[in-house]
Formats: sequence, C-alpha cells, structure tokens
Amino acid sequence: MWTIIAQVFPYAIAFTVPLLITALGGLYSERSGVVNIGLEGLMVVGFFTGALVISKLELTIPDTAIWLGLLAALAAGALFSLLHAFACVSLNANQVISGTAINMIAGALTVFLARNMTGSGNILIIHGLVRRSVPVLSKIPVAGKLFFTQTYATTWLVLAILIVSWFVLYRTSFGLRLRACGEHPQAADSAGINVYRMRYVAVMVSGAFAGLGGAIILVTYSGEFTGTVSGLGFLALAALIFGQWKPLGVLGATFFFGFASTIANVSQVIPALSGIPGILLKNFPYIVTLVVLVLSSKYSQAPRAAGEPYDKAKR
Amino acid sequence: MKRFFSKSFVMALMAVVLGLLAGAVLMLVIGSNPASGYMYLFRGGLMSIERVGNTLATATPLILTGLSVAFAFRTGLFNIGAAGQMLIGGLCATAVGLTFALPKPVLLTLMVAAAVLGGALWGLVPGLLKAKFNVHEVVATIMMNWISYWTVYYVVPAYFKGAYLETESRKISDAASLKTEWLTGMFGGSYINLGLFLAVVAVIVIAFIIDRTTFGYELKAVGLNRHAAEYAGIKADRSIVMSMMIAGALAGLGGATFYVGYASNIQIGVLPTQGFDGIAVALLGGNSPWGVFGAALFFGLLHSGKGFMNAMTRIPPEIADTIIATIIYFSATSILVERNWDRLKRKVGGVK
Repeated sequence: MWTIIAQVFPYAIAFTVPLLITALGGLYSERSGVVNIGLEGLMVVGFFTGALVISKLELTIPDTAIWLGLLAALAAGALFSLLHAFACVSLNANQVISGTAINMIAGALTVFLARNMTGSGNILIIHGLVRRSVPVLSKIPVAGKLFFTQTYATTWLVLAILIVSWFVLYRTSFGLRLRACGEHPQAADSAGINVYRMRYVAVMVSGAFAGLGGAIILVTYSGEFTGTVSGLGFLALAALIFGQWKPLGVLGATFFFGFASTIANVSQVIPALSGIPGILLKNFPYIVTLVVLVLSSKYSQAPRAAGEPYDKAKR
Repeated sequence: MKRFFSKSFVMALMAVVLGLLAGAVLMLVIGSNPASGYMYLFRGGLMSIERVGNTLATATPLILTGLSVAFAFRTGLFNIGAAGQMLIGGLCATAVGLTFALPKPVLLTLMVAAAVLGGALWGLVPGLLKAKFNVHEVVATIMMNWISYWTVYYVVPAYFKGAYLETESRKISDAASLKTEWLTGMFGGSYINLGLFLAVVAVIVIAFIIDRTTFGYELKAVGLNRHAAEYAGIKADRSIVMSMMIAGALAGLGGATFYVGYASNIQIGVLPTQGFDGIAVALLGGNSPWGVFGAALFFGLLHSGKGFMNAMTRIPPEIADTIIATIIYFSATSILVERNWDRLKRKVGGVK
C-alpha cells in the first residue's frame, strides 16, 4: 500500500497544482463579488500563450524560456480576463453568460490561431520542467519521500502564492476591502472603497492565476498545447465551492480532486483497485462534489454579493 | 412591422453584425480576404440542395439544445448541462437502437422516448438539488456533464463496441436511423433527417407552453421573481424541477437527432459542442422559441459552411466557433446599446 501511495503521490500533486492555482484565482474574483465561470477559457489562454512563447524561445534560451512562458501566460490570462471584467463590472452584464462567452472565445480563438501556425492546431514544446528533489528535506523519512522528492518548481511557486494569498486576503487592508466588496458592496462603497476598481483587480488576478494554471499543465505533465484543458477550469470552480471560498479549503478540495482523478487514472495497474469498475472511479469526484454541495448547502459561506452586478444607485 | 423591429431583434442583429465583423478582422489578421472567406462560408452552407439539407441537419440539434437553455432561462435557471443531457440522450437512443430489432416506426418511437427520458433524468437531478437544497444549477449541471461523459466513456466500449474502433459504438441499422430514404433523396443525399420535424414540433409545443398555458405562466413568474411567485401561491420548487426536467428532455431529444440522425454512431471522449452552442442560440434568439429557431438556423449555416470555406481558402474552420463566441459576448454586453436605445428612440421617433 505504501509503495502505491508513494508512486501515485507525485502524479496526484502534479494534477492538483494547476487546479489549485486556478481555484485560487477564482477565489479572488468571487470574494470580490464576480462569479468567474470563464476560468476554463482563461486556462486555455494561458496554455496557448505558454506553448507559443516557449516553442518560439526554447531553441535559443532553453532554460529561461519555460519561465518566460509562464510569465507570458500569467500576463495573457490577466489581459484576457479584462473582457470579463469589462462586461461584468462596467456593463453589469450577466456574469455567467459573460463567463460562458469567455470560455467559448478562448477555446475557439486559440485553436484558430494555433491551427494557422502549425496546421494541426497542436503546439509541441520540446522541454518541460524537470522534476527535482529538494536537497535536505527529501531525506526526512515518509514525508521526505512524499513531498520533497521528484517535485516541480511550479509546485513550490503555487504553494507560495497560496500562503501569500491567505496573508493578503486576511491580514491586509486590501484583502479586507476585497472581501467587503463581495459581501456588501454598498457598505464598502460608503466606506470609501472603489468597488469597481476592486472588482477589476480581482478579476484580473483570477485571469492571471488561471493563465498560469494553464501554462503549468503545459510545462509539467502535458508538454503540448491541444486546445482544451478538458474541464479542469470547471473542476477548479467546483473545488472553490467545495472548499467554501477559503484558501485552505480550496487546497483540500483541489487535492481531493487531484488524488481521486489520479487514482482513477492508474487504477488498472493497482491490484487493490482494479476490481472497482472505472466508471465508478471516474465519476467519484463529481458525485462526491454533488453530495458535499447538498450537505453544505445549509452552511454555505458563499460571498453574499457574488454574481450580482454592483449598482451604485441601489443602497 | 413594428414588431419586426422590436428591441430584442435589433440587439440580436447587432450582435450578429459585430460577430461577423470580428470574424472579418481575424481573417485579415491571418492574411486572408474576408469577402471571399464569407462568400465561401455561405456558399458552403447554401450552394446546393444537398448543402441546404446539411445546414438544416446541423441546425436540428442546435434548435433543441437552444430551446433547452432558453426554456430553463425563462424559469431563471442557467442550464449549462445541455451537452451532458444531449450526450446521455444520444446514448439511450443508441442503446435502444442497437438492442432491439423492431419495425422502423416502433423502434424510432422507442429510441426517441428513451432519449427524452435520459435527458429528463439528467435535468431532474440538478433541478431537485436546486429546489430542495439550493445547490447552484450551474455547478450541478457541470458535474452532470462530466458524469455523462464518463458514463458514455465506459458504457459504449463495454456493451456497444464498434467493429474496428474501441472509441465508438457500432453503427445503427437503417431501421434505427432518423434518416429516411425519401428525405435523403429529396435533398440529394444529405444528412437531413426526421429530427428536423421533431425539432419544429418541439418549438411549437414549447412556444405554446410558455405563452398559452398556466403552467408556462407559473414558470415565467418563478423566473422573474421566485418570492413573489411563491407569495402568489405558485409552487416554486415544483416549477424549478419541472423546468429543468423539460430542459433536459429537450436536450436529450437533441441528442437523438444528432447521434441517431445526423450521425449513425456515438463516440466516446467527446462532450458535444452543440450543448454549449445552445447557450449562444438561446441568447441570440432572445430566449423565445421562434427566436431560437432562427438563431439555430444561422449557427447551423456557419457550422455547415466552414468545411467548404476551409477547403477553398486557408482560413481555419474554427472561425465559425470564434464568430459564435463573439456573438454571445456581444449579446451579453448588449446592455451598453440597450441603455442608449431608449434615449435614441426618444430622440428620433418622438415619444409614443
């Protein structure tokens, strides 16, 4: 059993990290009061931008290319999310519809451009990130093997962002203001906070993080832009709700999804699991999400004003 | 005439024009000529009777998924799960078609009924969760999409495996297909099938339900203001469940028209894009049944013409999806225009 867990663990973490960073982005957006269902599309934008930049640069500057690609994905996600922010914050559009439009535009536009460049619509990168073991820490028994061997640098980057995000949201005045905009924007406004600007910033953070998430998929386990992140953005959205809009809750929820999906993927080669039909294993995360949503519906901690356009005239 | 130029029609038209303009800009960006691009796009969908048939056949599932999204919208529900409902409907129809050997009319009736039931079940679950536990239908329907994706992924290879490929089901027999000889012959061998008539009937029935029945009135009342509707004695919970079930049934029917009409087998590992295009269709059609019908025909034209355009120019076929996506974005933001519309009307036509 131990060997199985030790074998599966790196894959589970690799799968969790893009989900985690994307859900964390969604957390900023929803905490400020804007539902961002376009996370899926924003991930695709990052996925594409990352592949584009890395494939162009990796022949000349192989090592820095990956990090430049991640940075470009971050920026592209933030820029693209402006479409959503403009529709939802400035025009009071229906946030779910705007998010759906973002998903469709991103999915179609990136493949359109990729196909124009490569013909097949896929963009291959030659080198991804290399898995490394953390020097001293990997020698710790049990935990060292699980957490500190064969890790990607991006995993540590995302965990650092998680900790910083927790600090920003709960220990800075910016975080307090952001959360106020999602709970009671009118009150926030009367306290002198610029709700519109706050929401713009939050949506852009969500775009940046989702873009980074898409690029992380590319440089860790995918290695090729394929035009879709197969529903990971939606899964991140579910993890956000599952994790009750809290950074640590999101960490737990995304890890659950990552671990459950990985188990389902490798179940055939694990004797203890090969007896369970794949259909059950694959559907397990989705069914559990529905059950958790039902159970937690009474105590839902959803930001009060999430999904509602802010109208200055309504006080 | 006055009705023809209604606000929602003008908005829709504007979104379409802006979407086509965005498409033209993209064609220019990649160095192609938009005029010839659009000429080939529309010729690809309309230049022969066969292509017209294909356009209609492409539009058929879009009419039904669009109707599904629009119907749920009227009750204030966002059905993002039309793709999953459609897929499961297709699976049910295919399963019945491959299992039983019956005379064509009986078999088709059973298959369509199975698709409708499957879709309705996939709508019932989010409906119940919304009504009883206040679980947001967007998340619930997304989960249902993936459950249907994985269900098809495992059920098809296990029970209906194709002759050559693991990734698709066996082909259904002619008796189990919504295609008929006279219709195919009339349109010069196109994909057009009986699904089109089912879709038109669905449009008429849904228009009747929404505009002419107490039930439809109650659904709309719940959509406009759930609390007010409850106060007036309408059972909002029941309306929500019924609305999602009917929406699911419509998308399930759409699945039948696609998987056993347009196509003749079901593939695994694909969520049908028609489910998401249905959102665009509903929006562009202003959530009214006949608006949905028109919008679906237009999107069907874009989709059926894009292959020809791709063959004649070097514009990738994804241009159609990009145009559709841009149209939704512009319909979502049409409020910008709407705000100024009334002001404009007052200025131009005087107050009526």
